[in-house]
Amino acid sequence: MTVTELVSYEDALASYDPVMGLEVHVELGTKTKMFCGCSTELGAEPNSQTCPTCLGLPGSLPVVNAVGVESAVKIGLALHCEIAEWCRFARKNYFYPDMPKNFQTSQYDEPIAFNGYLDVQLEDGEVFRVEIERAHMEEDTGKSTHVGGATGRIHGASHSLLDYNRAGIPLIEIVTKPIEGAGERAPEVAKAYVAELRELIKALGVSEARMEQGQMRCDVNLSLRPNGTKEFGTRSETKNVNSLRSVERAARFEIQRHAAVLSSGGTIVQETRHFHEEDGSTTAGRIKDNAEDYRYFPEPDLVPVAPAREWVEELRKELPELPRVRRNRLREEWGVSEHDMQSILNAGAVDLIAATIDAGADAASARKWWMGELARRANEAGTDLAALEITPEQVARVCALVAEGSLNDKLARQVIEGVLAGEGDPDAVVAGRGLAVVSDEGALGTAVDEAIAANAGIADKIRSGKVAAAGALVGAVMKATRGQADAARVRELILEKLGVEG
Amino acid sequence: MPGITREEVAHLARLARLELKDEELDHFAGQLDDIIGAVARVSEVADQDVPPTSHPLPLTNVMRPDEIRPSLTPQEALSGAPAQEQQRFKVPQILGED
Repeated sequence: MTVTELVSYEDALASYDPVMGLEVHVELGTKTKMFCGCSTELGAEPNSQTCPTCLGLPGSLPVVNAVGVESAVKIGLALHCEIAEWCRFARKNYFYPDMPKNFQTSQYDEPIAFNGYLDVQLEDGEVFRVEIERAHMEEDTGKSTHVGGATGRIHGASHSLLDYNRAGIPLIEIVTKPIEGAGERAPEVAKAYVAELRELIKALGVSEARMEQGQMRCDVNLSLRPNGTKEFGTRSETKNVNSLRSVERAARFEIQRHAAVLSSGGTIVQETRHFHEEDGSTTAGRIKDNAEDYRYFPEPDLVPVAPAREWVEELRKELPELPRVRRNRLREEWGVSEHDMQSILNAGAVDLIAATIDAGADAASARKWWMGELARRANEAGTDLAALEITPEQVARVCALVAEGSLNDKLARQVIEGVLAGEGDPDAVVAGRGLAVVSDEGALGTAVDEAIAANAGIADKIRSGKVAAAGALVGAVMKATRGQADAARVRELILEKLGVEG
Repeated sequence: MPGITREEVAHLARLARLELKDEELDHFAGQLDDIIGAVARVSEVADQDVPPTSHPLPLTNVMRPDEIRPSLTPQEALSGAPAQEQQRFKVPQILGED
């Protein structure tokens, strides 16, 4: 394997203009497969979710999943596509054991949705329109395990083992038109596009679109042309780039690699490339020549899909607010900056904060807890915020307890800790751990008197006008009450007793 | 001009992983050409007003509800497999050494 020499990103962009095409596969969240009633549940034992249809046994007949078609139409509409009045499935024939039928049921020249766009917002707020070529229905393939090779790779394997549980799970493939004019921001646009598409898919409720679980996968096609020219260069296709960060890195690496090849007088080979997560590089895969001869023909076992216009319009009416539009609306309602909103989005906290506010919290408190204490705990546990064992309603209750003065921030953190540890709702944790702020003015007054008596020197300073010194006495009282006092009220009491204006 | 050339038949055989001898290629190329020629006569009688047919039934939108139906057991699924290992279908080496 030859080591790829790269040119710097800046030098690459000084001479060349990148053109990208992104293909994203989304696994739908249907209960059953696209063409048969087998379960799509993850984690089942090998080959326990197959039937004669998805195994391609003689005499079996596929029937399309109604929710699969509906999901495809919803995705098409949300991407501002036209929806086909009539379209067919096609057989994509290829010789590879990941499909027992020896073909994948897909769509060829009659995709269900075509000609749309998705506006994506870059981190500085700039909006870039990505044109959509098509979105079509197809099915996932089985899972191969290669045995006998050194690294579990296909090369050098003595044989392979196939689990067909995934074969037939509904997929929607979404293909962009060539993305031109992004220039040096091309890798950023690629990442923002996939991120926005993921948000959109989640908002539509058609898939959880978890990239780390392979529910959403991206192929990055990229070519360079000399600056100022129109004709596209030869492209490479980097397959299965499966995180947002990787999408950006893969595009960046390919820009640098193509530039190195082209500027040294070489030619780009049209090939698929594999992305390597460890160092962000790509290596050559299969050369795309007539191996791409899939001999598509209309699937004779399935009848055409002809979405009625009335149905399409009904679905259009039910579309949720687009994620980008919703984020901008929430950003204004919450009064946060573009940058802060981006952090909230990256942390996966938009919906959680919104739900916490819906449950009665104010925007600043909801954001503070999710982006502070809870983000920290999720980070420590190595999980997503959404996976934490606390609901937006419970966070809203913590916010309410703080707002009414029953908890201070320190106690609130302990309540959150208790909820996460499975001690019940916030009120149960407060009761169970005895965490209420000491609001008994008598008990608090005694603690303040004791603190003043024990720190006569500091008390004198405060009497003489050095109000800032009160902090030391507040600390002493908080310590004496094991943090259960309301610090602001303690400070008031100290100043009151010493006869000083706060 | 024939409907299919000997080279095209050889290409299709390769895509389908069929090993055909020279005389078989000659034989099948001639036969397939006859078949394509016969089928092509349909186009001679079908005018612009006859749309291409991919399905004999005038049906659209045959769909099933998204409801789980029982699958085969893994043992049933694997019962026709020539080879199996770890409850999976075992297939020969897919690619040779680089």
